[in-house]
Amino acid sequence: MLSKYEKELLVTIWDKMSIRAEDIGSEALLRMFTCFPKTKTYFAHLDISPRSPHLLSHGKRIVLAIAEGAKNIDSLTTTLAPLSALHAYQLRIHPTNFKLLSHCILVTLASHMSDEFTAVAHAATDKFLSAFSAVLAEKYR
Amino acid sequence: MVEWSSSERSTITSLWAKINVAELGPQTLARVLIVYPWTQRYFGKFGDLSNAAAILGNTKVAEHGKVVLGALDKAVKNLDDIKNSYSKLSKLHSEKLNVDPDNFRLLADCLTIIMATKFGSGFPAEAQAVWQKFLAVVVNALSRQYF
Repeated sequence: MLSKYEKELLVTIWDKMSIRAEDIGSEALLRMFTCFPKTKTYFAHLDISPRSPHLLSHGKRIVLAIAEGAKNIDSLTTTLAPLSALHAYQLRIHPTNFKLLSHCILVTLASHMSDEFTAVAHAATDKFLSAFSAVLAEKYR
Repeated sequence: MVEWSSSERSTITSLWAKINVAELGPQTLARVLIVYPWTQRYFGKFGDLSNAAAILGNTKVAEHGKVVLGALDKAVKNLDDIKNSYSKLSKLHSEKLNVDPDNFRLLADCLTIIMATKFGSGFPAEAQAVWQKFLAVVVNALSRQYF
């Protein structure tokens, strides 16, 4: 349901974010852990303190995966198939958490992009992240 | 009863002091209508809401946005009794306006995002967490008088 303009906008936004993938991703995760402490249960075995190596590397992976998805919006299901299988069969993260992370990603983008994170950019990103989350949860059952 | 630590109280009041209701109120309501278009069902008398530009330029949206965000002052001033401060407004939304209270949370999320665009690094994870706790209490209070 994304227009051609929205798709182009998303590619531009996420190309920019990819350059700072570690910062953006780790900030979104940190916001999620701080605002929704229950999300930390999935990371109990890892050091997720601010700027820890794991937080940075995991944050980077998330941002790069989203950026990759943004370039392939029309084929999200195939592009994200490996990630979808990983979440469904190995990580088994309760899918409501995708929504919590999505919200924190929106806040992080807003905080970095300031006025550039317009209502239209916000709406496009929200739609895209919910489509992305739906694909990640697709193989759960 | 929600308990607030003294640092939570000061975070909430200092964030509220930085909020320009006349500026952020209209932006927040406009975002709710743009990002979650089903919320437009409650604003049939507001005129043209057909696209983002129309919503952002709609004076009724802007006026109502100020009223909505301004109403948060009640909660900031009554942190220890948010529940009762909103009982009338909750009744109004339930019995007269018939607004699905899930939409209050969408409004809260949009406000948080608007604050992030405005405050940037002045709105770190800790502040966001306290602010969202505060908004959750308000949303809960607004949803209390439903049937």
